[in-house]
Amino acid sequence: MSAVTTAFAKAAAEDRAALVGYLPAGFPSVGGAVEAARAMAAAGADVIEVGLPYSDPLMDGPVIAEAVHRALASGTKPADVLRTVEAVTAAGVPALVMTYWNPVEAYGVAAFARDLAAAGGSGLITPDLPPEEAAEWLAVAEACDLDRVFLVAPSSTDQRIAAVAGACRGFVYAASLMGITGTRDAVSDDAAALVARVRRHTQLPVAVGIGVSSGAQAAQVAAFADGVIVGSAFVRRLLGAPDSAAAARAAAELASELAAGVRRKAEP
Amino acid sequence: MLPAEPDIAPVPDTSGHFPAHGIRYGGRFAPEALMAALDELSAAYDHARKDPAFAAELAGLLRGYAGRPTLLYAAERFGAQAGCTVLLKREDLAHTGSHKINNVLGQVLLARRMGKTRVIAETGAGQHGVATATACALLGLDCSVYMGEEDTRRQALNVSRMRMLGAEVIPVAAGTRTLKDAMNEAFRDWVTTVATTHYCIGSVGGPHPFPMMVRDFQRVIGVEARGQVLEQHGRLPDAVIACVGGGSNAIGIFHAFIPDAGVRLIGCEAGGDGLASGRHAATLTGGSPGVLHGMRTFVLQDDQGQTLGTHSISAGLDYPGVGPEHVWLRETGRASYRAVTDARAMDAFSVLCRTEGIIPALESAHALAGALDVGRELGPGALMVVSLSGRGDKDVDTASTWFGV
Repeated sequence: MSAVTTAFAKAAAEDRAALVGYLPAGFPSVGGAVEAARAMAAAGADVIEVGLPYSDPLMDGPVIAEAVHRALASGTKPADVLRTVEAVTAAGVPALVMTYWNPVEAYGVAAFARDLAAAGGSGLITPDLPPEEAAEWLAVAEACDLDRVFLVAPSSTDQRIAAVAGACRGFVYAASLMGITGTRDAVSDDAAALVARVRRHTQLPVAVGIGVSSGAQAAQVAAFADGVIVGSAFVRRLLGAPDSAAAARAAAELASELAAGVRRKAEP
Repeated sequence: MLPAEPDIAPVPDTSGHFPAHGIRYGGRFAPEALMAALDELSAAYDHARKDPAFAAELAGLLRGYAGRPTLLYAAERFGAQAGCTVLLKREDLAHTGSHKINNVLGQVLLARRMGKTRVIAETGAGQHGVATATACALLGLDCSVYMGEEDTRRQALNVSRMRMLGAEVIPVAAGTRTLKDAMNEAFRDWVTTVATTHYCIGSVGGPHPFPMMVRDFQRVIGVEARGQVLEQHGRLPDAVIACVGGGSNAIGIFHAFIPDAGVRLIGCEAGGDGLASGRHAATLTGGSPGVLHGMRTFVLQDDQGQTLGTHSISAGLDYPGVGPEHVWLRETGRASYRAVTDARAMDAFSVLCRTEGIIPALESAHALAGALDVGRELGPGALMVVSLSGRGDKDVDTASTWFGV
């Protein structure tokens, strides 16, 4: 059983949703990201997604794009991503790497999987790699015992949902709305319907991301999903922080609010 | 007109792949939110291409509106410089001033047929943006065009043209502020608006079915040229030459000649300040396999898989990827690609202006420079077809600065 699976199971046993927090590695600095991620974990994040900065993040809105741009400008490399994963898992929280596909290919798919596993990482979330193109990754993930999280969207057909969920391990990532990250401060009505459709095809936990930024929204999503994924809202707070210590405090503050939210379960 | 006959080249396969040496180029590396739309587009295109009414409507527009067939013109004074016979396929004479109208009329007709009310596009030189704005004006659809801020400056004339045609032009300030970033932004728009909006990709790139569909719409260039050269010279050419950024005019003119093994297919990439300088956009010559903008292809990237900044004097070639079918043509040995520097392209630009009274687009000037070299390589009896993909009105400021006139 992977560490991510265990984290979701623990949340379920407590009758609440898991909180998944995202931060790009290398932002505000490599050390600063580690500090912020640890602060998020200490304040109640159950799983951390470590973003691998990429030059062309076409699923991301301006907030994450800006953070990733800064991370790259300051020289963040895949090795820094792995160091971040190592530091987060050492703090006792499972870490997944969220990455566009090209940097993994450039590193070497098998080599990246091996090094990620060695760093204690749980697996990958791959927003631009659909299962149809993922044969190599699926094979090495199996060999290295890593989770593979693919996305479903409100526009996904039932047939695609079945295929995507069938390829996932760890959880299924349900994009709550048709759009990019961090541009809409609302959970769309599509999200609950999507989660219900996904559940017809898998026993895996279903986590909802994109558009969640407050404790109230986390509670709203927790009413129907197994996990709540928050990215841009964390990054926005970090962008506004004057230094690493302030960034970590800001991340912890939001994580506390969201952790309370996933325990509240608002009526949908 | 649409290819009534089956595809000549056996690619892509049904999943949109162009396999070569164990690597499956092309494919669909797209966000899940777009997958349903890509399936819908594939189905709609498959239906349309078999529908005689669609083919007739498109053929009617190409003939009666875009001005096809375009001339295949014997450029005798330019040919003297190249040392052989040079025939220019005059896509610059098509409506809107480049080959881009061929693809756009097809896609915008398809978008209307699919019930979409809005079309978005990315553009580099602005030629695809102008063509899209034109087709949307003609067919009554809303149009938004993403264009890198750097390109809105160096191709200001085309920005004005698009706005006059009723399109919204959205400058993109992210990244390198060129075509790559315009394409990122167009994808971001499309993920959000896909229910009502068609993304009219301007080159033979992006996720399947775009590389195949755009090729099919551009294929008319080579179909015409092949017939014209046979009619004018009674034989096939020794070489067909075109510039390659994403590669749509090149695929368009190459495709009908692929089965003709004796015809060399030569693509000219943007060599910028030279490959050694690192300031270029010669993806096939200087890149490596990777994934960008929804496709597996060759990419100009660093050893971490980050896309590199590119440079070309020509905005339309200033792109770090290339259509996957060009990779397939190169890897299977059917076509070859070479890099042409800014300086050599500008020399060829000047030669065409002064020998033929034709001002070419900077993109097309790369093909002309290639033709001057290939002509010397092939010798005096050679017969070459060169794609003059667009006209140079948009480039007069850049050229004036370059030549100091």
